[in-house]
Amino acid sequence: MEKEKAHESQNSKLTHENRFGLGSSEHVSIEHDPDDLWGDSRVIVNIGPTHPAMHGALRMVAKLNGETIESSYCQFGYTHRAKEKLGENRTYHQFVVYTDRLNYCSSLLNNVVYAMAVERLMGIEVPPRCTWIRMICCELARVIDHLICIGINAVDLGAFSYFLYGFHQREEAYTLIEKLCGARLTTSYTRIGGLMYDAPDGWEKEVKDWVVRTRKVIDEMDRLLTTNKIWCDRTQGVAIFTKEDCLSYSYSGPNARAAGIDIDLRRDQPCLFYRDVEFDVPIAKEGDVYARYRVRLEEIRQSLNIVAQCADKVKKGPIWSEDKRVKIPDKTLVHNTMEGMIHHFKFFMTGFDVPEGEAYTTFEAANGELGFYIVSKGAPRAHRMRIRGPSVYHYQGLDLMVRGEKIADLVAALGSINIIAGELDR
Amino acid sequence: MDIRTPIPTNGGDWQTRFGEAWRLQVSQLKQRFGEAIEEIRMPLEYPTDVPIVFVKKESLIGLLSFLKSESGFEYNFLSDITATDEQISQQSDRRFEVVYNFFSQTRFWRIRVKIRLKENEETPTLVHLWPAANWAEREIWDMFGIRFDGHPNLRRILMDSRWEGHPLRKDYPLRGYQIFPTPEPAEPGFLEN
Repeated sequence: MEKEKAHESQNSKLTHENRFGLGSSEHVSIEHDPDDLWGDSRVIVNIGPTHPAMHGALRMVAKLNGETIESSYCQFGYTHRAKEKLGENRTYHQFVVYTDRLNYCSSLLNNVVYAMAVERLMGIEVPPRCTWIRMICCELARVIDHLICIGINAVDLGAFSYFLYGFHQREEAYTLIEKLCGARLTTSYTRIGGLMYDAPDGWEKEVKDWVVRTRKVIDEMDRLLTTNKIWCDRTQGVAIFTKEDCLSYSYSGPNARAAGIDIDLRRDQPCLFYRDVEFDVPIAKEGDVYARYRVRLEEIRQSLNIVAQCADKVKKGPIWSEDKRVKIPDKTLVHNTMEGMIHHFKFFMTGFDVPEGEAYTTFEAANGELGFYIVSKGAPRAHRMRIRGPSVYHYQGLDLMVRGEKIADLVAALGSINIIAGELDR
Repeated sequence: MDIRTPIPTNGGDWQTRFGEAWRLQVSQLKQRFGEAIEEIRMPLEYPTDVPIVFVKKESLIGLLSFLKSESGFEYNFLSDITATDEQISQQSDRRFEVVYNFFSQTRFWRIRVKIRLKENEETPTLVHLWPAANWAEREIWDMFGIRFDGHPNLRRILMDSRWEGHPLRKDYPLRGYQIFPTPEPAEPGFLEN
């Protein structure tokens, strides 16, 4: 067998040399790299934009030496919808629906951060019930997002049933969200200064039941995959991104925590009521695909704990801020009084003015630091609506992350950093 | 606008947490960079969440590397780079502002640095200090048409390479569609960067 191989490689060498007219004896002794099977030839592979492993419309062009990636470049923008331009041309209320389509795996989280950003510019405080429900929304969205990330990552590497365990719980979570706002994916749940609807009666209890069930499933998923030999071989030591790389490439969220950066904006820059709940921030040191998987799995457990605590603490009460500027008028007033009708018309046609100023509001989204940099000039439309999506910075590091890795590990690396095309292209 | 009142839901207690540190930092910056700092806007005097430092573009790299490494500042995390189109007014012919948002992963405070630019004026790149600036600067070139001097690979990032104009400029129309019948060609030359 080995003899045959040696023979083959000699043959291929000879043909290569003959092809380029290098058959003379002085060229035979050129040092040959054992991994470099095809002489100096390189293959350029185009992956995407529509490829099942590319998680949405992303494109990567890689230069391969055998199976090893020598260099690559990324392209995106295929789902660019000019959200930042729209933000300057829509009222603050109208822009809520556009935030769903940023990270569409955790749209509730985007809604909450956007509402927080505008409320912060206006100096509005929302009542406790609203804040608690928003926190439940955030953590539900985070659980869903992480389940998708680790589930799809496992599918890409061949572990299909694992994905179904997670997706069953995800569907149940979507049913909870549907009870909240009527939509499953594009929720548009928050309003500036409040929420679209109050949570229905008994919703908190359903959430707690879901938490109990999901905890069991997460333990099951953990047993199924975490010590699996094939999974470990495919992910441990693959696509390592060190702590220094993470800092220089502005990595945040679980991807940075998998490399040992101990930052969680929920803990370090607390907003909502995150000071009043207990949770741990999981950290790993390795920075490989396996570490990112472990961090996300543990974060799901922590998020479930937070959801359970919030569901205990949420009390009956108003969900709208009393601020007249932002409160959507009550429907009975709209239909029965002239003033209510005018208020309603003005609110939806012209929108409310946000006082002059600027703020960069950030929050720990499922993928990392999600930021809204809003500059207002006192008009009902923003002067500048900048959205900082964590995926942009994560995708930028992919080139460095997969350099020197095998082409099959590119799929593992891409799945593990959870690029969402919606927030990448905006 | 009243952001002076602490707003617990939005993390509005930054003033109590970082107010003293910010005042100290600003006075140090003024002392060290003097003339290079055009203007400083503090949260209690101007409606902003964090201090804004306007700096002359010649001193930008010096100031940012100072912010990054000096103890007492430690703004080691480049949160975001963006720009705003302020349009040319009677007071000023400097049309654009480039905005740098920083976060300190050790001390958890934030700061914002801005530079003002005329139309067609170049500004130094930040790629050598933070590699993360690469795509952000490409996006600013794509959307606003601001050139970054010394950028290794300044080309469009979100729009097609054949696109004309810069969409986020205020004089670009909302529906300024451009339709290309053929897809954007692949460019093997980009692999050499």
